[in-house]
Amino acid sequence: MKTEESYLEEVTASEYKYGFYTNIEADKVPPGLSEEVIRIISAKKQEPEWMTEWRLDAYRKFLKMTEPKWPNVTYPEPDLQAISYYSAPKKKKELDSLDEVDPELLKTFEKLGISLEEQKRLSGVAMDVVVDSVSVKTTFKEKLAELGIIFCSMSDAIQEHPELVQKYLGTVVPKSDNYYAALNSAVFTDGSFCYIPKGVRCPMELSTYFRINEAGTGQFERTLVIADESSYVSYLEGCTAPMRDENQLHAAVVELVALDNAEIKYSTVQNWYPGNKEGKGGIYNFVTKRGMCERNAKISWTQVETGSAVTWKYPSCILKGENSVGEFYSVAVTNNYQQADTGTKMIHLGKNTKSTIISKGICAGHSNGSYRGLVRIGSRAENARNFSQCDSLLMGNGCGSHTFPYIETQNKTAKVEHEATTSKIGEDQIFYCNQRGIGEEEAIALIVNGYCKDVLNQLPMEFAVEAQKLLAISLEGSVG
Amino acid sequence: MEALKDKLESSFLVFENELNGEGEGPIHTRRREAFERFVKSGFPTKRDEEWKYTNLKPVLKPDFRVFVNDENTVDFSSIKRFFLNDVDTYKLVFIDGYYSSWLSETTHQGFDICTFSNMLTKYKDVAEQYFGKALPENEAMASVNTAFAREGAFIRIKRNVTVDKPVEIIFITTDHGVATLAQPRNLVVVEENAEITILERHQSLSEQPVLTNTATEIFALRDSRLNYYKIQNDAKTASLIDSTAVRQYRGSNVTMGTYSFGNKFIRNNLNFFLEEEHTESHMDGITVIDEGQTVDHHTLADHKVPNCYSDELYKGIYDANAHGVFNGKVMVHPHAQKTNAFQQNNNILLTDKASIDTKPQLEIFADDVQCSHGCTIGQLDEEAMFYLRSRGIPEKEAKALLLYAFANDGLRNVKIPALRKKLNRQIAKKLNVNLDFEL
Repeated sequence: MKTEESYLEEVTASEYKYGFYTNIEADKVPPGLSEEVIRIISAKKQEPEWMTEWRLDAYRKFLKMTEPKWPNVTYPEPDLQAISYYSAPKKKKELDSLDEVDPELLKTFEKLGISLEEQKRLSGVAMDVVVDSVSVKTTFKEKLAELGIIFCSMSDAIQEHPELVQKYLGTVVPKSDNYYAALNSAVFTDGSFCYIPKGVRCPMELSTYFRINEAGTGQFERTLVIADESSYVSYLEGCTAPMRDENQLHAAVVELVALDNAEIKYSTVQNWYPGNKEGKGGIYNFVTKRGMCERNAKISWTQVETGSAVTWKYPSCILKGENSVGEFYSVAVTNNYQQADTGTKMIHLGKNTKSTIISKGICAGHSNGSYRGLVRIGSRAENARNFSQCDSLLMGNGCGSHTFPYIETQNKTAKVEHEATTSKIGEDQIFYCNQRGIGEEEAIALIVNGYCKDVLNQLPMEFAVEAQKLLAISLEGSVG
Repeated sequence: MEALKDKLESSFLVFENELNGEGEGPIHTRRREAFERFVKSGFPTKRDEEWKYTNLKPVLKPDFRVFVNDENTVDFSSIKRFFLNDVDTYKLVFIDGYYSSWLSETTHQGFDICTFSNMLTKYKDVAEQYFGKALPENEAMASVNTAFAREGAFIRIKRNVTVDKPVEIIFITTDHGVATLAQPRNLVVVEENAEITILERHQSLSEQPVLTNTATEIFALRDSRLNYYKIQNDAKTASLIDSTAVRQYRGSNVTMGTYSFGNKFIRNNLNFFLEEEHTESHMDGITVIDEGQTVDHHTLADHKVPNCYSDELYKGIYDANAHGVFNGKVMVHPHAQKTNAFQQNNNILLTDKASIDTKPQLEIFADDVQCSHGCTIGQLDEEAMFYLRSRGIPEKEAKALLLYAFANDGLRNVKIPALRKKLNRQIAKKLNVNLDFEL
């Protein structure tokens, strides 16, 4: 019988399966970062004057900032001047049906198991597929338009709905929020925009796929989701990226606005190239995600993080309105030399606000996983309630797990609970399974699955399946 | 802060001149190195992660006198209340940084309970072996203390000895009409299979601001047992910065109790370094504070080797505009398998002006461990309240009773009944409740 070590060694030895490179000619801006480049990006996208100014303002703020050093990760600093800030597939033209999409590209999606046709036909998921910064195909757009839902790329939104963009862009994540948010504000090329009108319940899951394709291009996505009063939307975001040798930077910004009585559910499955077994290459994932809850609103973040060499991500909720609710469910898997510093911030400002944090970390190989969270109860947040649970599962003795919960309370009526545990898969648990004829591999799969269940349950059906697949690839075989 | 730093720099030169030729010895070299570290780093600010929630600026603002030259006398009756009166104890009393043989009761028979200065002259080998070897080098306040280390308690218990009675260490600062800085330095060495219980407190008799920057180094050698209790109940004009480092060796068992009720400002840096296997460490704390008070607990359990056990329980009740900080760190190094580390921090805020910042932190590099931490901030159980009130206990008393019971858990490791009683009374007094029973 295989020992656990030999088994772990075997399963963690598998290579990244989605490592391939689609050969599409891309329209690129020469590498470098300057006001000039920002003007070029803005001009190429035919943006209005105010947008160009907004970008330049962000860039000037960015120049005054320095890269943060506090996250518990180490990596060579990315050379921002070596990045090309704009890259779009060259054959860009208006497409009405899938037949018009570049067949190369379709093949890429097929390899990822997300073939558009299938998705479109079977799951009824509308997808805004993003390849290297420019939206290629938007499906179900017309159907959504009937309900008044706007779901388009950010560049289209700037052209067609400037009033909404101008009103909300940068209100949740200000331009000067942090180093990478400022960079993103200055150079973002595209992203998704979504607006749900008053009282509308979005009938399908909205979804985008991000892919980083062209070598040497950073991807700077900007997502803005606005749920107007009493509306509901569930938004999915999934990522895979092909194998690359040099490190690639991804600095996205996601802003959610949930107005009175609205609800936003934002789910992410992230599986970017994590680097090879020696820790060479891989994506830097430095993301700023934040949501603003008005009265009775609810924002729920669910994330399954399996990829990226370095992750630095804290989806947060500002619970501004009374009775608003914030939730954060996360599974973060790190293997080989991956590093993840992730968590959330729950800022309770309004009365009777509630937040729940469930974070599950799984570390294997020589990886390091950190949970870093902030729960702040403001002095006016009467009867605020928070429950946090952060568990870590360690596999092998080369990895590390860290917990940095910050809890700041200024109100006597607050109820805050935090608990964290760290452990490995118990020998008695495996023994119990073995005893009942379940092999070691299956037993580990069973236990890890059960361990993540709280979070996976939160994902929409289509995603839950994919999330399990990604977990399985990351820990190869240990998850069913 | 800069003014105080300059003052310390010139004071250090004066201090060196007073040493009369001892300035070249290995002990002073350690002092000098510590001072150089401090000069380089300066005082910690809110930009330092370890001081994120605590601002030292107002604490260091008064124009402190570093050396006190005029000697005041204190008679026993005025400080009697600071002692454990119902039990016989060894006593080490220091007035303004000088040892008071009149008020103390020391011994050299079988074990050493004496002063730090005595140790420096009499046991040079001990000084060389232990002085400055426990405290972490990156803590600025501990470095300042090391630089000026001259007087304090020295306790060394020889192998296989169990000390017959507890030791009380009391540092008194008297009124000199100016703000005063006190920097006591203690060294405790508990040798193989020895056992001792120690109580420490710092008291100011001054109307003026007093800052006590104390440091204690503890070495618990193989199979030794140590109980160390700190009672922090000083006047509200006084501030306390306490750096304590404990190094534990195979099979030793150390309990550290920190009970904070008084002072304007308290910062405790408590570091446990587990050097060898099978050690057991307990850290308990009770904090009950109100108007204008700040208490900041920073603890570290550093698991370097396998098979060690650490357990932490800190309880806090914050009234008026009190501010509490708790930062508990558990480090489990690679290879420190079979570690058991537990940490719990429970807090109650009584008003909306009171605040608590807590950060229970785990850093784990070994897979076969059991580590957990829990942290709560909440109110009293309404059902328990109802139960008491339905039995005719008025709201105020019922509330006090529940708070009292809440805090009382932190006394679980107090092994001297007289001390337990004293602390219980102190908690009751602080909560403003009159209880006619003892828990």
